[in-house]
Amino acid sequence: MTPRIRDEDQVRTMTLEAFADTIVPGEKRSPDDRAVAGAAPGGGAVAAGALELLEWDATGLSSGLDEFARLLNGHAQVYATEHELASDESVPPFVALPFEHRTALVQRLTTPGHPEKEFWVSLALFSNMAFDSAAHLHTADALAAGHPGLIAMGIELPDPDGLWRFPAYSYGRPLARLHPDTTPSGSPA
Amino acid sequence: MTSTERTDVLVVGSGFGGAIAAYHLAAGGARVVVLERGPWLTGNDFDHDFKLGSSYTRAFDFTVGDGMSVLGGNCVGGGSVVYFAAMPRAPRFVFERHGSIGRRMWPSAVSRDTLEPWYDRVEEAIPVTKQEWSDVSYAGGLWAAACDHAGRTANPLPSAIDNSKCANCNWMMAGCRFDAKRSLLFNYLPGALAHGAEVRPLHEVQHISRTDDGDYRVHYNVVDDEDYRIQAGSGTIDAKIIILAAGAGATPVILQRSEATLGTMPNAVGRYFSGNGERLNTAVLNEDKVREVLGLSRGDGLAYEANQIGKGPTVASWDRLDGSLPEYSRFSLEQLYFPPGLGTILAQVPGATGPSWFGVDKKELLKRWRSWLIIFQMTEDDNEGVFGPPPATGNADRISQQMLGVGRLRYNPTANTLRGWAEADAEVKDILERDGLAEVAAWTNDVVGAYTVHPLASCRVGDDPDTSALDDRNELRGHPGIFVTDGSAVPGALTVNPAMTIAALAERAIPGIVQAAQQRGVNVTYGAPSPDGATSGRQGAARLVPTLLHR
Repeated sequence: MTPRIRDEDQVRTMTLEAFADTIVPGEKRSPDDRAVAGAAPGGGAVAAGALELLEWDATGLSSGLDEFARLLNGHAQVYATEHELASDESVPPFVALPFEHRTALVQRLTTPGHPEKEFWVSLALFSNMAFDSAAHLHTADALAAGHPGLIAMGIELPDPDGLWRFPAYSYGRPLARLHPDTTPSGSPA
Repeated sequence: MTSTERTDVLVVGSGFGGAIAAYHLAAGGARVVVLERGPWLTGNDFDHDFKLGSSYTRAFDFTVGDGMSVLGGNCVGGGSVVYFAAMPRAPRFVFERHGSIGRRMWPSAVSRDTLEPWYDRVEEAIPVTKQEWSDVSYAGGLWAAACDHAGRTANPLPSAIDNSKCANCNWMMAGCRFDAKRSLLFNYLPGALAHGAEVRPLHEVQHISRTDDGDYRVHYNVVDDEDYRIQAGSGTIDAKIIILAAGAGATPVILQRSEATLGTMPNAVGRYFSGNGERLNTAVLNEDKVREVLGLSRGDGLAYEANQIGKGPTVASWDRLDGSLPEYSRFSLEQLYFPPGLGTILAQVPGATGPSWFGVDKKELLKRWRSWLIIFQMTEDDNEGVFGPPPATGNADRISQQMLGVGRLRYNPTANTLRGWAEADAEVKDILERDGLAEVAAWTNDVVGAYTVHPLASCRVGDDPDTSALDDRNELRGHPGIFVTDGSAVPGALTVNPAMTIAALAERAIPGIVQAAQQRGVNVTYGAPSPDGATSGRQGAARLVPTLLHR
């Protein structure tokens, strides 16, 4: 027998995780991970803390997350019907979509002209920020803890005082001819 | 009975337009109050941290519009605190542009020649200095070498950075921790304070009304220090002269909201907005080709991988700043750094077949972030931005506690603007994809619209009352005593970074503002030296002052 979906919180969490994982995909956290599709190696937005960021009221999105999840699952049901996809009631409808279909649906929702575009773009923006800037954590702490996004991007570690300094920063030599109409102060004429 | 607070001159905003006016009016003897919507941050307040609530999100606003999103300063010092300190003068042909109105956009009294002495004043006050190749970051050097390889020229940018203090940390957008960026916190603003001006942070002006005795009354809300969505009070101040310098994304909104109390606004208030024709491209470099084709090496085994290192833009290519080319075909191409968060979401995967700005391929692009080179295009747009009716408060419905909001700007790029962007894209591709150096893609306009960090022209100067909100000395038509001195006064796209021109135009407006104040009984004179006491800029501009005192 198919296990029923547990409770509303779990539906919400799994749905939002699946959305964030569509924006920056990652590897499954366990073999039975359903929300994270496993479409890319290494941690993605979910491992980077997308849910922690979205749940923080500073983003302005936290109070709307129930509604986001409900709407997204509604869109997923319509989409699944359109594409005659087999249903799987053990997980929320968006989570039930295979990764390429999650991607196609997110593309549809974020395309100019979609009436809800603004909301889905906001959700995408913060999902991405969890990965590329860890906006829910102090950056130096996130790097020290091996944050999957910052590490994947190759962001350098700061000095011990938490500040970045790059003493070597320049090739240090002329690398192009100057424009002939440059003023003595260095502006275009 | 409560008495109404009064001052001589009320300045709205403390960026270039506000700080320059506040300094000169205070130094000339006027009582000056500056209301600034953002916080007052200095030195150690400027964090190296992407966490929401750090200076990175407190000090600027990202306002999403319909077809155009605007990034602007939101702190004492305004754009000067968060900008990248590139300070070129605008090329000569810019002042002759016709844009969308079939006649010269700039007032007949303003040209590169007549603005030159005012540029000199700014250059002395800040100060702005010419940069050498040894000041240029790896990213700037790479751009220069690629331009050279493609037969183009490239120039180190004049800038307002003290290189002796700069750590090349690339955290400029969060404010400069090392006091290397010569923001207004180091020149005009301390000058204004020394002469008695008051600067009040977290005071967001909502609208302006008239008093019974013919002065103006400014209505403000106090904004919570941490959560800008929360209003912590309100108040009014009466003044004889109002100087609006809230930024091109906010000044027209204040005036629109004031129409109910002040009467009809000029047609051009909230129209003719320009995003400075801005657009961004991301190139992903092939490190082997950087070494082989351009002969570049950092000396530590790496050819480039230096996206994170530097001080914003350091090199620009100006080959297309050619006045003989047709309008909308002229642009500069500037190497730029944009931090993660806002600087990555819009980057597209070159040659994407699936989704271009998110997904599996985008993640692979992010993993090559160290080899990114961002090229900033400043083209000639068509002043097609229009502001809709104002929101309840401020210039946006705030979503996040800081930074993110939704405004009322609509921007539907015309064929002229699109052509300029396409030509600039093609030029970047031609330079950077040559010999396999890099793969290039433009940032998408489909997510948050086009994107500008240099909003302009939403309340502009000009000679034609139908298409300019301000006369040729920055006074609001039909509302004597209200002046606008920020980027909204600049008539159109400049093809280069605009701060120098915004500041020069503000310097040029001061003699007329002083005269207007005198006519209203304020005991003030014009003629302060540079904030540090230097006087050569004042001397240079002196001959032009009488021409600005007409009525």
